[in-house]
Amino acid sequence: MTLNRRDFLKVSGAGAAVALTGCAAQGGSTASSSSAKAHVVVVGAGFGGATCAKYLRTWGPNIDVTLIEPNDKFVSCPISNWVLAGMKSMDDITHSYDKLSKYGIKMVKDYVTGVDTAKKVVTTKGGASIAYDRLVLAPGVEVLTDSVKGYKEASAAGKVVHAWKAGPETAMLRKQLEEMPDGGVFVMSVPTAPYRCPPGPYERACLVANYFKKAKPKSKIILLDGNPDVASKKGLFMDAWNNLYPGMIEYRPNNAPAAVDGGRMVVTTEFDDVKADVMNVVPKQRAGEVCGLAGVRNDSTGTWCTVNLATFESTTVPNVHVLGDSVLSNLPKSGHMANNHAKVCAAAIVELVAGRQPNPIPVVANTCYSATSDTTAGHVANVFRFEAGKGYVTQPDGGATGKGDELNFSYAESWAQNIWTDILG
Amino acid sequence: MYKKTTLILAGIAGLTLSGLSAAADVHTRTIAATCMSCHGPNGKSETAIPGIAGVDKDYFVKAMQNYKSGKRMGTIMKKHAAGYTDAEFEALGEYFAGLK
Repeated sequence: MTLNRRDFLKVSGAGAAVALTGCAAQGGSTASSSSAKAHVVVVGAGFGGATCAKYLRTWGPNIDVTLIEPNDKFVSCPISNWVLAGMKSMDDITHSYDKLSKYGIKMVKDYVTGVDTAKKVVTTKGGASIAYDRLVLAPGVEVLTDSVKGYKEASAAGKVVHAWKAGPETAMLRKQLEEMPDGGVFVMSVPTAPYRCPPGPYERACLVANYFKKAKPKSKIILLDGNPDVASKKGLFMDAWNNLYPGMIEYRPNNAPAAVDGGRMVVTTEFDDVKADVMNVVPKQRAGEVCGLAGVRNDSTGTWCTVNLATFESTTVPNVHVLGDSVLSNLPKSGHMANNHAKVCAAAIVELVAGRQPNPIPVVANTCYSATSDTTAGHVANVFRFEAGKGYVTQPDGGATGKGDELNFSYAESWAQNIWTDILG
Repeated sequence: MYKKTTLILAGIAGLTLSGLSAAADVHTRTIAATCMSCHGPNGKSETAIPGIAGVDKDYFVKAMQNYKSGKRMGTIMKKHAAGYTDAEFEALGEYFAGLK
């Protein structure tokens, strides 16, 4: 089934906003004047994509926005480590997409299986063909499970999870930790950078240690890091490991897992076999699948996406923008950053479809809290200003806290609540 | 700096006079939106992080300047305030004061 945009809007025009805007729908290329209507298709409704869809409709009420997402509900990666430690439930990090409809966003529950960037059409598993003037890809990361020998077999047997996309694996890992006997060994690995959420693995080690300290104090954590050192907020995490969980966390740098064996419950590194009771191996990652379909994994290794950082448009494929963790830049791969990418991208698209120049000097900021226990947290915060020819320049006086405290913990929880509302309405 | 910013905008984008304020508004509006990631959509917060919708402009500008200089203590705000210009504080103050 092939629909042009006019037909697609007709077919899908159950919502009043869509029906209304559908009357004025025009086909063809990117609108060059403010009177022409543009259709923006956003793929992925996470921290980047849902934010972009919402702000596109807020700032560009004449732009039609279709948001394609395969999952029924939004499950937040930030705060998912808190679920592993029993500090929050899956319900706490799971949110409805229902409120996005009030912005006139057309939600399509489907999975993109093809992108024709010459014809400017995406095709879906459900059989739809959806034409776009501009396409925004915000798929997060693809976890490369093939990169660790035996991972797929062990994963199919339920013996290893990465839980690096919040969802069923988060709940599985929590259950495994609860069922682990006191005195057991939790083996977790950290992928080589760049990867989604640089401080995430170290926060996870802190919070699992916090849970063990209370519930099974003879247990141990072995952290196998593919990197030569703690990749983020080192002072904060080392302080917690040394002072809150002495002797509980064994940190091994330069120890990327090469193989896992679900039968023997062993993680194999270049150096030795590490026996585990619970295995949490996080393989390396690349830009999400749809970026491969659109041909925008255009860095030197074909792994990540390079974009014009003032508009987030691909440097090689016109009219395709990429947001969030899939982007290769000096900006950290955080949910907060994806939310900021989305706002700069939405602002740029609103100007571009109106035939105006986008703001050439955007400013973004990162705010990232990490809990070190069930009552303490620290943060890193930085402002980045775009300069032509340089990209985003990190401004002075930003950085990370060296020690977790209760006030930051309260703000960490508040940050999550507020940004979820910002993303989802 | 604010004037410099708009001049840069005008220079690069070749904007008409009427487009000038629009471009500056886009800059301010987009920065304001990045504040809302923590302070809540439309500057309204329902958590321990204070809301900034409807805040007095002079109070806002002073607070940001004091965070930047280190006169006012906070957990995170000095690190953010350090990244913006006085002209942006003024423009953001006006923007947030106008939010209901």
